[in-house]
Amino acid sequence: MAFTLKINGSSHEVDVDGDIPLLWVLRDVLGMTGTKFGCGQALCGACTVHVDGQAVRSCQTRVDSVGDSAVTTIEAIGRAPQGAALQKAWLELEVVQCGYCQSGQIMSAAALLKDTPKPTDDEIDAAMSGNVCRCGTYQRIRAAIKHAAGV
Amino acid sequence: MDRLILTEQIADETAMSRRALLQGTGLLLGFALTGASTESVFAAPASQVVENEVAGTFAPNGFIRINPTGAVTLIMPMVEMGQGVYTSLSMLLAEELEVKLDQIQVQHAPPNHALYVNSIIGIQNTGGSASVRAFWTPLRQAGSVGRNLLIAAAAKRWNVDPATCRAKDGVVFDASGSKHLSYGELAEAAAKLPVPPAANVKLKNPKDFILIGTRAKRVDSSIKVDGRALYGIDTRLPGMKVAAVAISPVLGGKAKTVDEKAALTVKGVRQVVNIDEAVAVVADHMGAAKKGLEAAAITWDDGPNGKVSNADIVKQLEEESKKPGAVARNVGDVGKALAEAAQRVDAIYQVPFLAHAAMEPMNCTVHLQKDRCDIWVGTQAPTITQSLVAELTGLPKEAIKIRNHLIGGGFGRRLEADGTVLAVKIAKHVDGPVKVIWSREEDIQHDMYRPYYLDRLSAGLDAAGKPVAWTHRIAGSSVMARYYPPYVKDGLDPDAVEAAAEPPYALANIHVDFVRVEPAGVRTSWWRGVGPTHNVFVVESFIDELAHAAKQDPVAYRKGLLGHNPRALAVLSLAAEKAGWGSPLPARHGRGVSVQFAYGSYTSQVAEVEVAADGFVKVKRIVCAIDCGMYVNPDTIEAQVQGGTLFGLTAALHGSITFKDGRVEQSNFDSYLPMRIDEVPVVETHLIKNAEAPGGVGEAPTAIVSAAVTNAIFAATGRRVRSLPIDTNSLKSSS
Repeated sequence: MAFTLKINGSSHEVDVDGDIPLLWVLRDVLGMTGTKFGCGQALCGACTVHVDGQAVRSCQTRVDSVGDSAVTTIEAIGRAPQGAALQKAWLELEVVQCGYCQSGQIMSAAALLKDTPKPTDDEIDAAMSGNVCRCGTYQRIRAAIKHAAGV
Repeated sequence: MDRLILTEQIADETAMSRRALLQGTGLLLGFALTGASTESVFAAPASQVVENEVAGTFAPNGFIRINPTGAVTLIMPMVEMGQGVYTSLSMLLAEELEVKLDQIQVQHAPPNHALYVNSIIGIQNTGGSASVRAFWTPLRQAGSVGRNLLIAAAAKRWNVDPATCRAKDGVVFDASGSKHLSYGELAEAAAKLPVPPAANVKLKNPKDFILIGTRAKRVDSSIKVDGRALYGIDTRLPGMKVAAVAISPVLGGKAKTVDEKAALTVKGVRQVVNIDEAVAVVADHMGAAKKGLEAAAITWDDGPNGKVSNADIVKQLEEESKKPGAVARNVGDVGKALAEAAQRVDAIYQVPFLAHAAMEPMNCTVHLQKDRCDIWVGTQAPTITQSLVAELTGLPKEAIKIRNHLIGGGFGRRLEADGTVLAVKIAKHVDGPVKVIWSREEDIQHDMYRPYYLDRLSAGLDAAGKPVAWTHRIAGSSVMARYYPPYVKDGLDPDAVEAAAEPPYALANIHVDFVRVEPAGVRTSWWRGVGPTHNVFVVESFIDELAHAAKQDPVAYRKGLLGHNPRALAVLSLAAEKAGWGSPLPARHGRGVSVQFAYGSYTSQVAEVEVAADGFVKVKRIVCAIDCGMYVNPDTIEAQVQGGTLFGLTAALHGSITFKDGRVEQSNFDSYLPMRIDEVPVVETHLIKNAEAPGGVGEAPTAIVSAAVTNAIFAATGRRVRSLPIDTNSLKSSS
């Protein structure tokens, strides 16, 4: 089936079955590889993107459920003020190690700051506990979110 | 432009040979693996050097190129998997070459044993926390030789004494500072000058370092915060197909039935490949491939390992460990000392199989053609991978082109080439390039696991509580015997006994041996921290048991046995002091300590835990003191201490792979639990500064943390944890 997806401000035509996860449409059909595959079951958050500003796991988001909602990926999150602030904080606090999970971490954090500009530790835990980092960068992720939020 | 060119997917890379890369203009430097030989650094016009000739003459193991635009390229022999090696090795070069860190571009090295061997490991592998240790001298020497040549070229042009010139940030200045030439302007001329022997080139006194020892920014961060960084899984090639794979759930099993027709009806599916041990569905994209794999409804013939179970594996270890093993250490007369001891302590420890569960699932892209095989993968072992693929395809090694990538978490998993071998077997049936991606379930269920070990220990204490006898028998799989057979002599696997054969303590009578027991139906391999991850847990728990039996404070007891070992004593004292050792804690709270010498570094940790009435363990704080000698980047060390500690702690709290009916019982992050942000303790790093030789850091905190935590649990509850992961049911409040 053909779908027209609005991704990062542009329209993209794709012809795939409606039950194909958005993740694979982004990565394999459209070549936007910044969004990562981690678990395929919405357990790790590596594939997090925004659909109409909400953080969703693209591995569990059917392409036919997206409709004309606006999809934002890591490639464009820097255009949003929260995304830019987080990327800057990530660099200043030197968060990344292997970096593989960090696209998803930043996408989850950007959704958090959009709704909760000054998050508490508990709010950070609640928003970020769906994102796994096996390198163990959590301490710096927490600090960078606070740094970006100015708390 | 990004200084790191790892984001570029070079479309015509296939056509670009290494030779072409190394040729061209400018100055090319090679550096030898030990730094000891007088010819350990060479320099030549880049246009005149080709890889093999260079290898034959100088046996260098890395390349630095300075081109006429002034760009410095370091062809990186070790791979970046988060540990910060691209930054730390670049810093070593930049320090002596006198360039700014951001003037250095990094390229992944291809497999080449002669050029890129890690002198500590003896192979072109990234592991063993050995990168900085191995390249500390050669990279600085290469930088120094380069700087000297560039200065000499400038002095010649100005007709002045080179000693009056100096270099800074990639520019040579004359004595007055009025004349200056950039490295780019000098590269061609420098390449034609006679090369000073490396041994004659003076290296900076460490007190004069301006970059080494600073919190320099990572060179790979910017591409990792906006999706540009390319890992193996991000490979995209013209005409490439994507394959989802199902591997026999039992090792040695075969596909019995495959509904190929059903798979092929899925839109986007192109092909089903059945290689018995696995079935791959090849499609236009992974979404279709996965759907096709499900439709194929594969059934399996389990083969000989269909009955493998954890209970049987443990039973076998219990039996085999009653027999003597290969002796790792035997000092004094343990039997006599044990018999005469005032008090005897015995214990059995066990640690489970562990998966690596790196965030980037296993994947490999292969384009197999008649006369060549191109591979895109992130690997810690490029030369081993190349050899195995050569064997499998019948092609000469030179025809196996491996493009290494950033790795989305290694932890030892990518020291194994099984993922590449499987992808090549599939690619044999596919026309054109194919990217094989494992699901998370395949990744966890077909890992090569950290072995299950069972350890038997006995100690004798004298009337004052001092250990007068210590015996430790380790039983388990030998990864080394399979991976590096020559390193195993007379049945003794040096990795399996590392940090057990030589505990840091004064032990006059000690006997340590190893019994190799290979579990059927299970593949074992390296896991972050290797031997010490298992042994330090055991040794540091047991010494804690002895302190308790001696009715002594765990820190004081250890200190009493470390009089001969000042660096171990220093990290222990520092960790204890920073953690507030001895200050009062509420009920069911406790502190535990551990001490370790491994990877050339001394480490000590103090963990503080709270154990709830229902047994739930909350690790509140971990204080880590580390002495890794001269260090390169304290910010990276801090990051490694934080991350490495959590890696070990995750395993201690949650990690266990178990087998039933030959199958792994865990499958994804809901059954093989990772640590999440809401569970993470504060990890503090206290770094000792000294002039000792550099030690490794990436694995030290992983190996040391379990014992600190379980010793803290003992302090909080009086319950000794002798097997991992921690069983919270056994820690319930006096039920």
